[in-house]
Amino acid sequence: MSESLLINISVIVLFLPLLGFIVTLFLGKKVKKIFFFEVFILFAGLVLSAILLFGKLTYFSDSRIVSEFKWIDMGNVPVFGSINIYLGMLIDDISALMIVVVYIISFLVHFFSIDYMKGDIRYNRYFAYLGLFTFSMSGIVLTHNFLMMYIFWELVGISSYLLIGFWYEKKSASDAGKKAFIVNRIGDLGMLAGLLILFISYNTFTFEQIFGEIAKGNLPFNSEFWLTVTGVLIFCGAIGKSAQFPLHVWLPDAMEGPTPVSALIHAATMVAAGVYLVVRVFGILTADAMLVIAAIGALSAFIPATIALTQNDIKRVLAYSTISQLGYMVMALGVGAYKFAFFHLITHAFFKACLFLGSGSVIHAMHHEQDIRNMGGLRKKMPITYATFLLSSIAISGIPLTSGFLSKDGILSGSYAFASLTGHWLFPFVGFLVAMMTAFYMFRLVILTFHGEPRNKEKYDHAHESGFAMAMPLVVLSVLSLFFWYTPNPMSPDAGWFYTKWIKAPVIYTPDNARFDFMKSDDLILSQTAPDQSVMYSETYTEALHHSHGTAVILSLLVAISGILLAFTMYQWKKISADKLAERFKPLYNFSYNKWYFDELYNKTFVAGTLGLSYVVAWIDRVIVDGIVDGSATVTKAVSAFTGKFDNVVVDGLVNFMAYLSAFIGLIFRRFQTGKVQTYIIMGIFSIVILLFLFKSI
Amino acid sequence: MEVTLTHFLVVSTLLFSFGIYGVVTRKNAIMVLMGIELILNASNINFIAFSRFGNFGLQGQLFALFVIVLAAAEAAIALAIVLNLYKTFVNVNVDEINTLKD
Repeated sequence: MSESLLINISVIVLFLPLLGFIVTLFLGKKVKKIFFFEVFILFAGLVLSAILLFGKLTYFSDSRIVSEFKWIDMGNVPVFGSINIYLGMLIDDISALMIVVVYIISFLVHFFSIDYMKGDIRYNRYFAYLGLFTFSMSGIVLTHNFLMMYIFWELVGISSYLLIGFWYEKKSASDAGKKAFIVNRIGDLGMLAGLLILFISYNTFTFEQIFGEIAKGNLPFNSEFWLTVTGVLIFCGAIGKSAQFPLHVWLPDAMEGPTPVSALIHAATMVAAGVYLVVRVFGILTADAMLVIAAIGALSAFIPATIALTQNDIKRVLAYSTISQLGYMVMALGVGAYKFAFFHLITHAFFKACLFLGSGSVIHAMHHEQDIRNMGGLRKKMPITYATFLLSSIAISGIPLTSGFLSKDGILSGSYAFASLTGHWLFPFVGFLVAMMTAFYMFRLVILTFHGEPRNKEKYDHAHESGFAMAMPLVVLSVLSLFFWYTPNPMSPDAGWFYTKWIKAPVIYTPDNARFDFMKSDDLILSQTAPDQSVMYSETYTEALHHSHGTAVILSLLVAISGILLAFTMYQWKKISADKLAERFKPLYNFSYNKWYFDELYNKTFVAGTLGLSYVVAWIDRVIVDGIVDGSATVTKAVSAFTGKFDNVVVDGLVNFMAYLSAFIGLIFRRFQTGKVQTYIIMGIFSIVILLFLFKSI
Repeated sequence: MEVTLTHFLVVSTLLFSFGIYGVVTRKNAIMVLMGIELILNASNINFIAFSRFGNFGLQGQLFALFVIVLAAAEAAIALAIVLNLYKTFVNVNVDEINTLKD
């Protein structure tokens, strides 16, 4: 298997969904069954991406495969020097892994949607949009430069907008679409600024060239501060797309879209793009930037977890859980736990997609009922959904034998090791707290939905297990949440193929004095495969990780089990009344129930501020600008009226006066021109007489 | 009483004035021509008077003869014109013959 073959495959994998999108969109109205084509395309893409991953891991496990072509040759630009913009594909460990994850989930969601969306009036268009989304996501994953990444980043944004607002007849859905799009724009602005800093510093968008320049010590504007700023700005893109703390408000609203869309875009792939971006630029993050990222991640893990505790909408609980888990990954990246973050990204993608599709199955069965207070007892009616949902919940809670345990434990021990090296103990603390809350709210969800007695008898009676098209993806995804796909040892993934073969330690390019102490290059273990590259895992760090691992496993198990037990006592055995507890801690409960009043806060500040500003600007426009314009019109009118008068009276008057004058003179002298010779003769004689008198003296 | 140059000049001036008067006041073209004849003859008197009293030799008398010849030629042509005018306009009033003006 040659490099060019892999590149060709990756190009096909990238453009297949675009083909599906175009065909499905344009034939959607004519050909009823065209969506099969889209699903088939996705299946082909899945197979090809699996081949891609296999080929990459087997034959090129230590190299990055890059293929590029010159897109724009600007030649020699004054001030900047020569600028060429390249487009190209990059196949390395993370992109090959990620593309497979994207395709697995995308294909399963397509498959799931065949049943779920049946009877929708825009059935085929829905599949077309899914195709567009898959295309854009593949672009983000497979690109080798920031420019393409940014383009596909925005494409992902637009397909997300289209899919959230898919049922645009519903006001809340179209509003949610707009909200998602606008909130994402804020983050993207930061990302664009970061990319432009890199571009004006290095005249290129290509990852390799930029990273190479930074490795050589050429920093943006020659300062580490600007490198930090660049890192944080690029991370802003991730804040928007991954719904991190200040911009997380769009994701829960995005649940207005069809549930499979939530599974694909707002749980597994698109929101993971932010994490993927940080993974991509991990090598150029400075210690300060990483601390910012870790803090944002910790906040985003904590706040939504507290909100998820009290929500009653099945999808909203999952949405907040998603933000929380993404916060986990971001925090992990911030504390340097690169591998664990990416591992969690992948495992989370599978079990969260499974949870969302499971909730979709429930919602479908309950005829679009989403309130868990109206569910209950569905276990008997929907055994497959229940089993897969439970398995995924176990995985997300971090119970051994699942993939979730492995990745979550990795993140927790990573943050623990980071704390023991740097003293930031808040990160592991938040990590464990969130792990406990996660276990609690997930099992609250499971118990309220599937256990106990049905609370809405009528809907319960109509509920039924979903058919093959919906059950198959659930089963596949829940099986993918088991440990053996990633490592043979269910307690520790360290020796497993995921960490040793599939993903390598990241290469760090930042200058030594901008790194954390444990990442300094003199303390590094050089990797055997690429000895010239500095690899971040130093002796001290590995040791700290080793030490923290045992503690982290025990602690995370403890918190997860206590969270689950608490959920069971409260909702299954009803030893503690949830209502009484809510009554007791009324302010806290309300605070959580109302989502920390973030929407209200943003409405009062940013939305109202923007509106107020718009009113002011409109007022200025209407009164001052229009006033000036109207005023100048009036002045012009007055001036032209005056000059008109002047023209009419003075100028024309003068001209007419001259005319009258000459007419008058003509009138007088006409008398002399009688045309009669005799008159002339008299005149002549008189003249002579006069002349004679005049010159008499001479 | 001796006849001096002044007497001649007075006569010729009177004759010239009558001539002018005739030219200016008469409407009939023939009367105008007659006025012109008077003017010419007034000048003839002057020529001869100056020839008689001045020291110019016979030039004045010669010029008077010239003028008589000229007057005869002029009268011939002018009468021919007047005849043609009469043929065209049926009258010979000079102030009515003004078609060139239009």
